[in-house]
Amino acid sequence: MILRSEDAVRRGVVWSIFLAAAVLSVDGLLHAALAQNPFGGPRAVPDQQVGGVIGWILAKQSEFYRAMSSTIRAAKNDGSAVWTLLGISFAYGIFHAAGPGHGKAVISSYLVANEETARRGIVLSFASALAQALVAVVIVGVGAWLLNVTAKTMCGAERIIEIASYGLIAAFGARLVWLKGGGFFRALSASRASHAQLAMAHDHHGDGYGHGHHHDHRHGAGHHHHHHDHCDHCGHSHGPEPDELAGPGGWKRGLAAVAAVGIRPCSGAILVLVFALAQGLFWAGVAATFVMGLGTAITVAAIATLAVSAKGVARRLAAGRDGGGALVMRGVEFAAAGLVLLLGAGLLLGYVSAERVTCF
Amino acid sequence: MRSLYGMFLIVMSLVVGATTASAHPHVWVKAASELIYAPDGTVTGVRHTWTFDDMFSTYALQGIETKTKGVYTREELSPLAQTNVESLKEFGFFSFAKADGKKQKFVEPTDYYLEYKDAALVLHFVLPFKTPFKSRQMQLEVFDPSYFVDFQLQDKDPIKLANAPAGCAMTIERPSDGSAAAKKIDEDNFLDGSNDNFGAMFANKVTVNCP
Repeated sequence: MILRSEDAVRRGVVWSIFLAAAVLSVDGLLHAALAQNPFGGPRAVPDQQVGGVIGWILAKQSEFYRAMSSTIRAAKNDGSAVWTLLGISFAYGIFHAAGPGHGKAVISSYLVANEETARRGIVLSFASALAQALVAVVIVGVGAWLLNVTAKTMCGAERIIEIASYGLIAAFGARLVWLKGGGFFRALSASRASHAQLAMAHDHHGDGYGHGHHHDHRHGAGHHHHHHDHCDHCGHSHGPEPDELAGPGGWKRGLAAVAAVGIRPCSGAILVLVFALAQGLFWAGVAATFVMGLGTAITVAAIATLAVSAKGVARRLAAGRDGGGALVMRGVEFAAAGLVLLLGAGLLLGYVSAERVTCF
Repeated sequence: MRSLYGMFLIVMSLVVGATTASAHPHVWVKAASELIYAPDGTVTGVRHTWTFDDMFSTYALQGIETKTKGVYTREELSPLAQTNVESLKEFGFFSFAKADGKKQKFVEPTDYYLEYKDAALVLHFVLPFKTPFKSRQMQLEVFDPSYFVDFQLQDKDPIKLANAPAGCAMTIERPSDGSAAAKKIDEDNFLDGSNDNFGAMFANKVTVNCP
């Protein structure tokens, strides 16, 4: 148990370092590339005004995004500019996902709510980013390229998809709350019951929770391994084992998360695709969209891994508590499920202003 | 152990941060505005001229049929201009006015049209005030609170006073000139949950003082 959570922590740390290094090196490379490129986009947000990490991320996003249109124009005459475009798109994807956005919040919360592994978090992150890119390409490919509809029509379609996505997130969250709520309240009543029994100095071997709890008390601090074994067991008794989740049923649940997040395309990708189409370089726009998705996936995967590792940390801390490990973990899962529901409902009702589709 | 707690905090703040703030702009507008005065010195409305960026202009023109390829006449663009002003209503035309500290309302735009110039769409429209007013001090701000649209006053003569009474003087504050009104963006702004007016940090503000 401890070994496993430390593993996850180590993986999380490695990932964050990798991400930070990737971001910094890509940024450096792009600056070198843009310096030679006369079409380097202007800075949308001046640096001196923006403080802190998030401000910096926002400024970078704007910078990369604005550089895209001039690079696509340049690619019309100079094919090598496509490489610059791909580099910018990748960097944009990384920064875009690092900035505010609901997708990674939903995925991370889902992973915490379930007994998910970091590896599955990474797979889910890549799948949802790929889905987002595909939807954007399909909307523009069918709408603008095949049917030549107006921007207003396409934007209307985007809005409908957006509402559907938020609705799905809310529904998905409601289902998680229902499932996790059961586990939480069972753990709560089990904990209460065993406390009451303890007070009466009455031994009881009825349910799994009571069992684990009693072992703690009877054997005390001398049997640490025993203690953890048992809490590991009771921590999992109401949630499937990671191995089980990797089975067919687990993937189905994961797919629901991917669908809820992934059907909503990024407005930025749609604009880039339409612009590329108008320049007669639709393929470059498609390539840029997928590379953007790759960048997004890397960031979301890193954050998802952090979330899974953090849960491991929480489990480890909770395991040290007096038999309350199961209750704390069920509580964390219940809270994460609630967050998915709140996010979905908030997005749907407009209380949470994510990147909304603005048609005008 | 402390580093583990730290990591947990980072994750929490990322998740919370994700839910409170808006994203980055997708549309850029170079704005120029004219305050319209009646002969008696009352302010009747604002005439906006908004130039959209390259990418958004191309996007907005998608699917619009023209006689000559690449040339868009005012007539061909009139349905789009109609859509623009109708949709802008939902966002309060991104214009916020105050007369002596009191909020002023706008009514439906008039004289609106689009032109296509130097590969960019330019939207012209007049925004009349619901009740024309006389004031010692009036303020006009142009910005998108959600910061989907980035407004910047154009470099040369961004604000004009049309037939303003003698002695009226104006000051212009841009988000980029580091003036006192430009609030610093940092984590606090994102994590305290009150980002309703996030775009205000990028507001363009004109203050006109009249004797």
